[in-house]
Amino acid sequence: MERISKDDVRHVAKLAELELEEKDLKRFVLQLDKVLDYVAEISSVDTEGVAPTSHVLDVKNVFRDDEPGESFTTEYALKNAPDEVDGGFKVPKID
Amino acid sequence: MKNYNLYNFTANELNKKLLKKEITCTEITTDVITRIEEIEDRLNSFINIEKEKALSTAREVDRLIARGEKICDLTGIPVAIKDNICTEGIKTTCASRMLEDYVPGYDATVIKKLKGCNYVMIGKANMDEFAMGSSNESSYFGPVKNPWDTTRVPGGSSGGPAASVAAGEAICALGTDTGGSIRQPAALCGVVGFKPTYGMVSRYGAVAFASSLDQIGSITKDVEDCASMLNVICGYDKNDSTSINMDAPDYKSFLIPDIKGLKIGIPEELMVEGIAPEVKEKVLYVIKLAEDMGAKVEEVSIPGLKHALSVYCIISSSEASSNLARFDGVRYGYRDTEAQTLREMYRKTRTKGFGDEVKRRIIIGTYCLSAGYYDAYYEKAQKVRTLIVNDFKKAFSKFDVLLSPTSPTTAFRIGEKIEDPLTMYLSDICTLPANIAGLPAVSIPAGLSEEGLPIGVQIIGNILREDNVLRVAYSLEKAIGFDKKPGL
Repeated sequence: MERISKDDVRHVAKLAELELEEKDLKRFVLQLDKVLDYVAEISSVDTEGVAPTSHVLDVKNVFRDDEPGESFTTEYALKNAPDEVDGGFKVPKID
Repeated sequence: MKNYNLYNFTANELNKKLLKKEITCTEITTDVITRIEEIEDRLNSFINIEKEKALSTAREVDRLIARGEKICDLTGIPVAIKDNICTEGIKTTCASRMLEDYVPGYDATVIKKLKGCNYVMIGKANMDEFAMGSSNESSYFGPVKNPWDTTRVPGGSSGGPAASVAAGEAICALGTDTGGSIRQPAALCGVVGFKPTYGMVSRYGAVAFASSLDQIGSITKDVEDCASMLNVICGYDKNDSTSINMDAPDYKSFLIPDIKGLKIGIPEELMVEGIAPEVKEKVLYVIKLAEDMGAKVEEVSIPGLKHALSVYCIISSSEASSNLARFDGVRYGYRDTEAQTLREMYRKTRTKGFGDEVKRRIIIGTYCLSAGYYDAYYEKAQKVRTLIVNDFKKAFSKFDVLLSPTSPTTAFRIGEKIEDPLTMYLSDICTLPANIAGLPAVSIPAGLSEEGLPIGVQIIGNILREDNVLRVAYSLEKAIGFDKKPGL
């Protein structure tokens, strides 16, 4: 059964900012279809009244005093930047 | 007198020799580096070997010991660090083109802790790209080979850490485990791999794959070294919001060679289809050993496990698609420089920066989280996850630990499963339930197959019951008496 089409994969890839070449697309559709077909079995599990897991341990929210700590310097934050200008990250023009 | 083959010893054995001043840390480090130079071109365990830094740290440690300063089990011990754990001033690539040149400006909490006891960082170990894989074949820097048979995979995603410890290129290693990434390669390489309770080790500085499942842990030659590693890396950290706020116990105090009266459950769902006969046989042999030592062994059904792989696939891919959205070529990492506009730059950067397996998982995750599919996939998976957690709770009301195979098969051949993602995912079928429920679990070697490949058994404990896991692992390790080494 076909769970995911070529168009679906192309669309989802676009949402995730990925491009797929035609030959990869074909391969991915087959592979992803197999995976999604397998995982679809969970639809048969009765989860009536079951709460979704948010955390595996019983954790409580932790509060701390709102005191300023040390922050990264501009120089440090830019150390791995592919491109920079005037103490900021430089990017190509926004279309 | 020259000490030969120090790389064959455990951290605790070397520690004793250091304390008696029979050897120096420089000798240990030199020996391990010589070993790396001898065999690394056959294994590819490392992305980056820190030879000079390791030797200079070793000399410092020798001075420190000469001054009579207090040392711990891991002082002066060469440790390999999986390359998704941030090390200040040393490249941390996640085995991806995306982070090929990334140099973190800070240490992960676990690295700070290891530095605190003066360990020796020997290098950054190879892995599957962004820890996504079970064979180490998705690394941008090429696959790691299994030291027991270099035509086979070492498992993954911590293939480098496991192979390096098995082959004596490191004495211990740090790995990460999202669905079995420490335990499965440990099993396939014949070493001990431990994933602690979720929240017991700070994830600060570990590059996130699937945040609700990821956990840092150890790969060592034996269970005693494993306890020594846990003693260093466990404990509360305010920089990790999921860190458990409690003092870590002395894990070495749990190394008790006695399991009389302990109740061991065998989850029948992990002993059925897909488990190779010789793996099953070995697990049955270990069960027999446990019974001979006075443990009470019984089968138990954990019905939710039938859905574990589906739940894992959906949740881990969804979280990955979200976590990996940060790689956009703006602040750090690879950037495509030909793009003319911002959006084009994002797309080209991510398309060229990520490998196939990472892309597949991002696409599955994005699909499962997208409008119209969220309820059927992601939310449904989180509900089934609750059922699995509850099933485990029920099992642990009756049993102290659960025992199973670690991996359904021994090490498979390089290339065998790479084009079939679903079959690859199935290699984690026995290990991923512990991540889904946040449980501590270890893999220890149980022996070799007829072909001479290692087989591992897994021991799973209840939340924060590392004591039971270590006690059973230690006792069984003694009873099994596995002392084989790869013939490299």
